[in-house]
Amino acid sequence: MRELPTLPMPVPAPPAEGYTRREAVVMGLFALAAAATTTGCAADALAYDEFVQKHFKDLSPEELQDRLAQMEKRYREQFGTAIKVSATPPMEGVLFGYALDLSRCIGCRRCVYGCVEENNQSRTPQTHWITVLEMDKEEGVNLQDANAYYEHETVPAPGKFYMPVACQHCENPPCVKVCPVEATWKEPDGIVVIDYDWCIGCRNCIAACPYGARRFNWTTPGLPKDEINPNTEYLGNRPRQRGVVEKCSFCLQRVRKGLYPKCVEVCPVGARKFGNLLDPTSEIRYIIENKRVFILKEELNTQPKFFYYYGL
Amino acid sequence: MTILRKFGAFVTGSARLAFLGGNRYYYAWLAVLGLCIGQALFAYAHQFQVGLISTSMRDSVSWGYYIGNFTFLVGVAAAAVLLVVPAYVYDWKPIKEVALFGELLAVAAIVMCLLFVLVDMGRPDRFWHILPFVGRMHLPSAIMAWDAIVLNIYLAVNLTVASYLVYCAYHGIHYNKKFVWPLVIFSIPMAVSIHTVTAFLYNGMASRPYWNSAILAPRFIASAFCSGPALLLILFQILRKVSAFEIKDEAIHKVAELMAYAMGFNLFLFGAEVFKEYYSDTHHLVHYEYLFAGLHGHPSPIAPYAWMSLAFAVISFFLFLIPRTRRNFITMNVGCVLIYASVYIEKGIALIIPGFTPDQLGQVYAYVPSVTELRVAAGVFGIGFLLFTLMVKVSVGLLFGGVRERATG
Ligand code: SF4
Ligand code: SF4
Repeated sequence: MRELPTLPMPVPAPPAEGYTRREAVVMGLFALAAAATTTGCAADALAYDEFVQKHFKDLSPEELQDRLAQMEKRYREQFGTAIKVSATPPMEGVLFGYALDLSRCIGCRRCVYGCVEENNQSRTPQTHWITVLEMDKEEGVNLQDANAYYEHETVPAPGKFYMPVACQHCENPPCVKVCPVEATWKEPDGIVVIDYDWCIGCRNCIAACPYGARRFNWTTPGLPKDEINPNTEYLGNRPRQRGVVEKCSFCLQRVRKGLYPKCVEVCPVGARKFGNLLDPTSEIRYIIENKRVFILKEELNTQPKFFYYYGL
Repeated sequence: MTILRKFGAFVTGSARLAFLGGNRYYYAWLAVLGLCIGQALFAYAHQFQVGLISTSMRDSVSWGYYIGNFTFLVGVAAAAVLLVVPAYVYDWKPIKEVALFGELLAVAAIVMCLLFVLVDMGRPDRFWHILPFVGRMHLPSAIMAWDAIVLNIYLAVNLTVASYLVYCAYHGIHYNKKFVWPLVIFSIPMAVSIHTVTAFLYNGMASRPYWNSAILAPRFIASAFCSGPALLLILFQILRKVSAFEIKDEAIHKVAELMAYAMGFNLFLFGAEVFKEYYSDTHHLVHYEYLFAGLHGHPSPIAPYAWMSLAFAVISFFLFLIPRTRRNFITMNVGCVLIYASVYIEKGIALIIPGFTPDQLGQVYAYVPSVTELRVAAGVFGIGFLLFTLMVKVSVGLLFGGVRERATG
């Protein structure tokens, strides 16, 4: 096996003081409501547990372990194959950032499909976290003239350039602000995550995101058993459910272990760069400090940690 | 104990009143509503089974007809109670009844609002996540959490006042003014706040320039002042015919006059918005272009409705402004229907869809509601109208029908 390129960054620190824990006030009430709802349905202990499932940040370390085991059991039943679910905490002293070289990108969409495979997106219907926009070189960056549905035999098409867009992991994320139940939040390492077990599917966040980054599971995601990536994360690429929102997580399952995101790895022209914004010697810092960099919709003050630049 | 017994008698008595002693038209109306609800149950069962993919909503246009209806009905609920204000100002005799019917309409409208939100949710089984204490309300930052709070308080206040008034009428006791009036007065700022908070839900999103306008909330209030009274004016005329409910022509015309001012203001605000968009001619204009024409050479499916809504608004404005047509019951009723239709299109279609088209990355998805959405919506309206009909029937029977609980009376 080929050595994987790794991210230069500090070693994972043990989970600091864990997540803020709120004692569940009225567990009895949950149980009552759940009992009322599930009577009549098949007595499924797992379904019951899933119904009364707490918010990720409310789980004690023991409850989290139980929950992970429970999930693995559920997935084994559902897919007939072993899937590992972890909850890797963020590393200290790390703030992730991304940079994309518009002068290199050829619009081949390898990142799109690499991401689908890595992150267990639905194959039927197809869910893509990355949208590649095709625009006219003459026009420059103008979203009103962008085409996300181009289909050429070969890319790049003459006179066109390409701009991939996914979650920008805003430092001031409007999606987080509007979520009525706090099902989505920004982690200490800057990654904006979603608790799929807490999301109520109201789609406020989709309306609020200025970058079209969030996807809704309009129906049960179709994920064939033999295409599953079995290394998954609670807040990342574990198989999703119908009726909840998902989006790019900067490949949390990889980057928190020191690997590059999948899209960085599969890009054939090296247009994608990733690293620790807090490390002054990192490549990402070099790009920001030395290249012609811009961010999308700067005037909205979302402060994306996703930078576009012209490297050539 | 006696209270409990009294309450029990009230409930059974009301049920009797609601279902017995109507005429042919009454039962036919109930049957129609029953059919609406019945067919919607099948449609919703289908949606529940396959997911929201049975709607036409997609990632590009992620809210549609359901949320449009929700927004419209918040307006109806708000304006119904605001009718109490003119009832006060002009010191109408049947002020208690006017307030009561306004409150009943508000209750029915809020129930429909909550149902529209519920059918729009990807995970309705997790509704408890947004409840205080058991769930995790994202306060103070999420406007939707605030909206849930104000809508539920508004529902509770109106339900309390309305059922208390009807309960008193049932037992022939005079209602306690000290209890009722503070609640009625409280419900007036609440009515303004439910519509304002709902407007802020859209208004606060910088991602959608079409909504990100400071006059969105005032526009909401102005248009609500048109649609809510339109429903009540028609109701008052029916009640006047079939029961002992009395309301002077003068009062009805006064409401119509107020509606003319509200519509005038609404049109003015709309004009201000249109001027800003077209004169400054920025990229944000695309949403108005989609609303009124189309983009990239494709006509937009909502453009005919947008023009219809505008035409209806202008016609009804003049019908209500000119004293002669305002005082003529035929032209006034035509005006009511036109106003209602105009605001329904404005909130149900012209507010939500262009906000999402083109989407944040400039892509155009021409959303038109699916059959499932239309069927489910018909069912929600069926439930709301059924609730309203039954409540009105009971109240009318008690207030004007001379029905009293003899045992305690
Ligand atoms: S890009 Fe969209 S989804 Fe990602 S953090 Fe920003 S607002 Fe949220
Ligand atoms: S769809 Fe889910 S994550 Fe998005 S705002 Fe609603 S509850 Fe929050």
